[in-house]
Amino acid sequence: MSEVERDVMEYDVVVVGAGPAGLSAACRLKQQNAEIEVCIVEKGSEVGAHLLSGAVFEPRALDELFPDWKDKGAPLNTPVARDEVYFFTGQTKSVKMPNAFVPKPMHNTGNYIISLGKLGRWLGEQAEALGVEIYPGFAAADAIVENGVVKGIVTGDMGIDKNGEPKDGYTPGIELRAKYTLFAEGCRGHIGKRLIREFGLDADADPQHYGIGLKELWQVDPDKHEPGLVVHGAGWPLDKDNTGGSFLYHLEDNIVAVGLIVDLNYSNPYLNPFKEFQRFKHHPKIAQHLEGGKRVSYGSRAITKGGLNSLPNMTMPGAALIGCNAGTLNFAKIKGNHTAMKSGMLAAEAVADALAANGDGGDELTGYTEAFEKSWLYDELHASRNFGPALHKFGAVAGGAVNYIEQNWFRGKAPWRMHDTTPDHAALAPADQVEPIDYPRHDGKLSFDILSSVHLSNTGHDEDQPSHLKLTDPSIPIERNLPKYAEPAQRYCPAGVYEVVEDDDGKPRFQINFANCVHCKTCDIKDPAQNITWVPPEGGGGPKYSAM
Amino acid sequence: MKILVSIKRAIDYNVRIQIKGDGSGVVTDGVKHSINPFDEIAIEQAIRWKQAGDADEVVAVTIGGDAAAEQLRTALAFGCDRAIHVKTDDAVQPLTAARVFEALAKKEEPKVFLMGKQAIDDDANQTGQMTSALLEWPQATFASEVELSSDTAKVTREIDAGLETLDVDLPAVITTDLRLNEPRYLKLPDIMKAKKKPIEDMSVDDLGVTAAARLETVKTAPPPTREAGVMVESTEELVSKLKEKGLL
Repeated sequence: MSEVERDVMEYDVVVVGAGPAGLSAACRLKQQNAEIEVCIVEKGSEVGAHLLSGAVFEPRALDELFPDWKDKGAPLNTPVARDEVYFFTGQTKSVKMPNAFVPKPMHNTGNYIISLGKLGRWLGEQAEALGVEIYPGFAAADAIVENGVVKGIVTGDMGIDKNGEPKDGYTPGIELRAKYTLFAEGCRGHIGKRLIREFGLDADADPQHYGIGLKELWQVDPDKHEPGLVVHGAGWPLDKDNTGGSFLYHLEDNIVAVGLIVDLNYSNPYLNPFKEFQRFKHHPKIAQHLEGGKRVSYGSRAITKGGLNSLPNMTMPGAALIGCNAGTLNFAKIKGNHTAMKSGMLAAEAVADALAANGDGGDELTGYTEAFEKSWLYDELHASRNFGPALHKFGAVAGGAVNYIEQNWFRGKAPWRMHDTTPDHAALAPADQVEPIDYPRHDGKLSFDILSSVHLSNTGHDEDQPSHLKLTDPSIPIERNLPKYAEPAQRYCPAGVYEVVEDDDGKPRFQINFANCVHCKTCDIKDPAQNITWVPPEGGGGPKYSAM
Repeated sequence: MKILVSIKRAIDYNVRIQIKGDGSGVVTDGVKHSINPFDEIAIEQAIRWKQAGDADEVVAVTIGGDAAAEQLRTALAFGCDRAIHVKTDDAVQPLTAARVFEALAKKEEPKVFLMGKQAIDDDANQTGQMTSALLEWPQATFASEVELSSDTAKVTREIDAGLETLDVDLPAVITTDLRLNEPRYLKLPDIMKAKKKPIEDMSVDDLGVTAAARLETVKTAPPPTREAGVMVESTEELVSKLKEKGLL
C-alpha cells in the first residue's frame, strides 16, 4: 500500500517489542545518554499482555541494569528454595534425579521464580521514568529498508475489513524512522524473519530450533503451597522421537505455574502439544500439587532454542536483532530472560557509542557483535551449545547424560561441537508411518478442552479484519498436508485456530479461526510446507495475559 | 458549547474476570484495564461534535486512583482538550460519583454532561440518572442518536419497545448506548500530543463532597458452572428425565 500517505515520526532509536530485551535496551540507552530519543512499539494492548515465560529468573542482567532493583520494587518476590528434577518413565511412574546428577546449569540457587508479565510491566515503568516513549497497541507491520539500510518501521494499518477494504475510521499506519532500529519481537518475530532472510544473516548458522511452551497458572490449596519450589521434568508423556520438558513452579500468593515445552522437531504429526500438556498434569507427581486447586490462566508461546550454533549474525546496516528474536536463550538452563536482557543492553551500549561517534546512524553495529563475543552471555551460550543437539540426537536419557558430563566435568568446555541440521518443519514423519495418538478425554478438573483454555488467555481480535495467518498457497493444507501429514496444524496450534472441517458437499476444507490466535508463532515454524506466514493483526489484538 | 464527559477505568472487556480467593471482590492486580466501553462512545461523540463545530471545548473527568490517569490520557488522545482527575482510592458508589459530578458541573458549567449508560464492571446504571436529579437537569438516557442545537438536544433512546425520541433542554445529562457510534482508532502522534495536555488533580474533599456509603458488598461469587448435558435415546426417556427433575 505504497500509495497511502503516512505520517512520519523520527527518533534516534526505535525498538520493536516491549519484552525483556526491548525494555532493557531502551533503559540502557537512556542510562548511557538521556538525550537519546527512544520509542518502543508493542503489539500487545499493554506492556506484558503478550509476555509469557516459566519463569525461573537469573538476576544477573537485572543486577547490571538496575543494581538497586530491590529498592525500586522489582517483582522478584520468590527466591528459589528447592529444586527437584524428575524423569517421568510412565503415566504414573517417575525417577527422581539425585541432586548430584543434575547438570550444573539447572541448579537454581540465587534465582527467583517470577511472572515475566509483571517484570515486563515493572521494566516498562522504569523505561517511562527514564523518558522512553512506549506505545502499546501498535504493531510494527514491516521494516523500512532503503538501499540496504534499515531506516525504521511502519506501524500496522487500523480499520481494514475482512475483505481488505477500508472501514469507517480507517487509520493508516505511520512511519517511525530511526537512526537505529532494534528488533525485540521475541521468538520468530515476523520482521526478524524477513530481515534474516533478506540480509542472509543465518548464512553461517545451523537451522534455528524451536519449542512450543504451554503454560497454566493455578491457584492451589494453601496447604499444598511451597513457595520457591521448582520442579523440572523430562520423559512421559513425550518420548525419544518427540522430546521436551516440563516445569512446575510455586510462586507467591498460592499460585503455581505449570507448563510443558514440546520441541518442535517432533516427528509424529498426530502429536498434539495441548493434549500432551493436559494429560501430563495427571501424572501423580504433578497432580499432587494441583488437585483441589483452580486453573486461572492459560497461554502458549514458541521459544527459540537453537543456542549459539543457530545464532544468526545479529546486525545489519541500521539495525540489530536482540533477545529471542535473534535466539539468545540458554537452553541448558531453560532460561532466556536474563540473556535477552543482556543482549538488549549490549546492543544499546553499541548504539549509544555509535550515536556519539557518528550522529547519522544507518551503519552496521559491529560494536554489538564484538561486545557480545566478550560478554558472559557468549560464555554462557558457548558452554551450553551442545545441549539441544545432544537431546535431539540421543533423546532425553542419553542426551541428558552427555549434558551431565559436559556441564559438570568439562564445565561446558568439552572439546566437541554437536550440530542439528534438520530444520524443525522438516522433521515430521508421514502420517501413514506412525500410529495416531489416542489421548484421554479431559476431566474438567485437572485437564480441560482447548476452547475453555483459550478463554483463559483473554484473547480477542476484531473479527472484521483480514486473517493475519497467511497461506502462500491456499490449496496446500488440503491437497498436500492432509494426505501426507494429516494436516498437523489442527493439532500443533495451542489455540484451536486451525480446523479441517467438512464442507456442505462433503469435501474437507481448511478453516482458520484467526481470532483465537495467541500469537505463539508455532504454525509459522512447524508447517511442513512452510506455507503459513504469521503477520501482525491490528494492534491491541491477541492475548491479554495478566501475570504470565 | 462546552461538553463534560465522564469516564471510568474498568477491567478490559476481553479479560475473563477472576474472583479473589476470599470472595471479597475481583482480581485487579496486573489485569488489563481500559476506559469503560460506553464511556469511550461518549468521548467519541463529544469529539465528533467538536470536529463538526457543534462543541468548542471537551473536558474529560474521572474519579479513581492514580492509575486512572492512564485512561484520562487516552481520552486526551481522542481529542479532549483537558482533563480533571478526582482522586480517591476508595471504591466509588454511584451516589458518590453523582455528587462529584454535580459539583464539577456547577464549576465547569457544561451544556452537555455526557457519560456511558453504565460501567461494565458493576453494571449499576445509576450515575447518569442521579447526576441529573442532583443538578435538576433534564436527562436522556441510552442515547443511540443525538442531534445538538444551541439550546436543545434531540435524543433517540433505545428502549424495550423500540426507539423513543426526546427533546431535552440544555444543559442536560445524556448517557450513551452501544449503537451511538463506533470509537475511532487512536493515532500514535495523538497519543504523543496527549502526554502534554493538562490533567488537573483534585480530591473528593476539594469539591466539598461527602462520599456515600449506602451500599455494602456482602460477597462476590462467580456464576454457577453449567453441568454437562445428557443425551437421551428416545422421547420416552426425555419425558421421564423431565419428570424426574420436576419440570413436567
